[in-house]
Amino acid sequence: MGTLLDVNNLKTRFHTPEGTVYAVNGISFKIDEGETLALVGESGCGKSVSMLSILGLIVIPPGEIASGTAIYRGADLLKMEEIDLERIRGKEIAMIFQDSMTSLNPVLSIGRQITETLHTHMGMNHEQAVKRTIELLEWVGISDAHSRLGDYPHQYSGGMRQRVMIAMALACTPSILIADEPTTALDVTIQAQIVELVIRMREQMGMAMVWITHDLGVVAGLAERVNVMYAGFIVEEADVDTLYDDPRHPYTNSLLAALPRADRRRDHRLKSIPGAPPNLLVEPKGCPFAPRCEYARERCWDENPVLSVVGTKHRIACWVDIKTGDLR
Amino acid sequence: MSAQANLKAIPRLAPDEIESPPLSLGELTWRRFRRHKMAIFGVVVLILLIFYTFGGAFVVSEKYANQTETSLRLTGPSALHRFGTDTVGRDILARTIYGGQISLLIGLTAMTLETLVGILIGASAGYYGGWLDAILMRFTEAMLNIPQILLLLVMAKFFGGKIPNIPLLGRTFSGSVVAIILIIGFTSWPYLARIVRAEFLSIKENEFILAARATGTPPLQIIFRHILPNSIAPIVVSATLGVANAITLEAYISFLGLGVQPPTATWGNMLEGAYKYIESAPWLWVFPGTLIVLIVLAINFLGDGLRDALDPRSRTV
Repeated sequence: MGTLLDVNNLKTRFHTPEGTVYAVNGISFKIDEGETLALVGESGCGKSVSMLSILGLIVIPPGEIASGTAIYRGADLLKMEEIDLERIRGKEIAMIFQDSMTSLNPVLSIGRQITETLHTHMGMNHEQAVKRTIELLEWVGISDAHSRLGDYPHQYSGGMRQRVMIAMALACTPSILIADEPTTALDVTIQAQIVELVIRMREQMGMAMVWITHDLGVVAGLAERVNVMYAGFIVEEADVDTLYDDPRHPYTNSLLAALPRADRRRDHRLKSIPGAPPNLLVEPKGCPFAPRCEYARERCWDENPVLSVVGTKHRIACWVDIKTGDLR
Repeated sequence: MSAQANLKAIPRLAPDEIESPPLSLGELTWRRFRRHKMAIFGVVVLILLIFYTFGGAFVVSEKYANQTETSLRLTGPSALHRFGTDTVGRDILARTIYGGQISLLIGLTAMTLETLVGILIGASAGYYGGWLDAILMRFTEAMLNIPQILLLLVMAKFFGGKIPNIPLLGRTFSGSVVAIILIIGFTSWPYLARIVRAEFLSIKENEFILAARATGTPPLQIIFRHILPNSIAPIVVSATLGVANAITLEAYISFLGLGVQPPTATWGNMLEGAYKYIESAPWLWVFPGTLIVLIVLAINFLGDGLRDALDPRSRTV
């Protein structure tokens, strides 16, 4: 299958009064057609910012895309004019956000918010747009969609609003759906429903997906490939099975150790990672994870490792082989 | 036993009655507005005044209102001239009717102009930010630093008599009316512009704006369809008070003889000739003066009521 989106050496910075924030530090990844890629990492590691950068949704200034390319169907999104990007956003690459409570405009009716996208991108007239909106809402599981079209967001529950967001994102059958922690703000049962819904949508529409999350539990059942991010770097990339069976980066290893598992004893204590995420105001020197890493060597403090191959489609950015504890 | 009696006293509700449909924003606003007694008073007075000025026009003609009769100058209220006559013998009752129309017209159109300019400048500054914001806001602050009254007087003096009379709907509107509308409209917008800018600055940071951008919504649509409706409450309140303000300003410059020129009557210029007769012919100023006070008061009460009713933080139902 062909590559849909090819991101290369993306660097995003924010120039704030406190100094420059190095949010994304030269990440590269590819998304193939129909594939689901998970971006995993803790809060503030640059997962969302990298995706927002690609879609030109970073406010400049204070933001700055310092370098990089993002080739989508032969065109570089990062160098595209705003007016051309508007045609890609929502139509080709759609995005859903974390907090469905605040992602819908409170003064516009649900129907209006979806039909608007259809008017803008598909050139539909009012009747066609309304008809399609009802279809979409029923498709994502809003019962009695016809009579709920005129309702306002506050009349919907959180889970329903996230369903509406999904319907809105899928309205123009995009080829890539970026889901920015879409289940974080929902309770666990609704989370499961939403994940299930997205999986069903993906099967029916055949779109590629980028799933941003810090929940490794969700990733396992959803993604084909996983990129683990730390402090604006991709530190490990692997197929989902490889990552869970054979994590090679100390950070990934610690993350998985911190995850509750059904096959462990009930009194098994979850391991936490000591220390705190690095201050992104300092230009990175050496491996950003070194201060928290149990395998850290002298070299780790001076030189930041680049991604290198350790197995089939498996790359890590680390000097140390965690199996032996020796330098690689 | 008494507990059981109490239980029976509770009426049985059908499921439909228990689950009343949620109130829409409009219904909520109306509920809160209804509670505001002074606002209701304001609305009633306003309706009566509108009825007075526009209904009265069917009873007396404008020609009659502008007709001079020097032999009857400065006569007190009588059966023939219920509000008396002015310095050139015109009927004051008829003139308050037509003057009221002009005053209301000036109030509404100047407010519309003010609101349009204010929204345009405030929205551009707030949404785009950066150098555009800096330029527009320095300009706005400069406007705020010039006393409006002074600006009004200078502009009224400058533009007075330069705009020809305008025939419309079979009537002739003095060019000075248009001049006053433009002058008031183009000097009153700075406050509104600052309110709109502040609203835009805070609303554009919401996630639903990011979501709208992520679906490829063009900037103009974001400004007018996504942000503006969210900031409508303070704009409505400010616009309402703007009507009262415009009426007062018109009265002020007309009183100084720089506003709307006779024979076209306004409540303001009816006061102009009256100050020489404050004691000898009080009917000259009592009637138009009372009407100005009433309408400004009514609009301000209405504005207060709207402010409370439209406040999204108000949880009163």
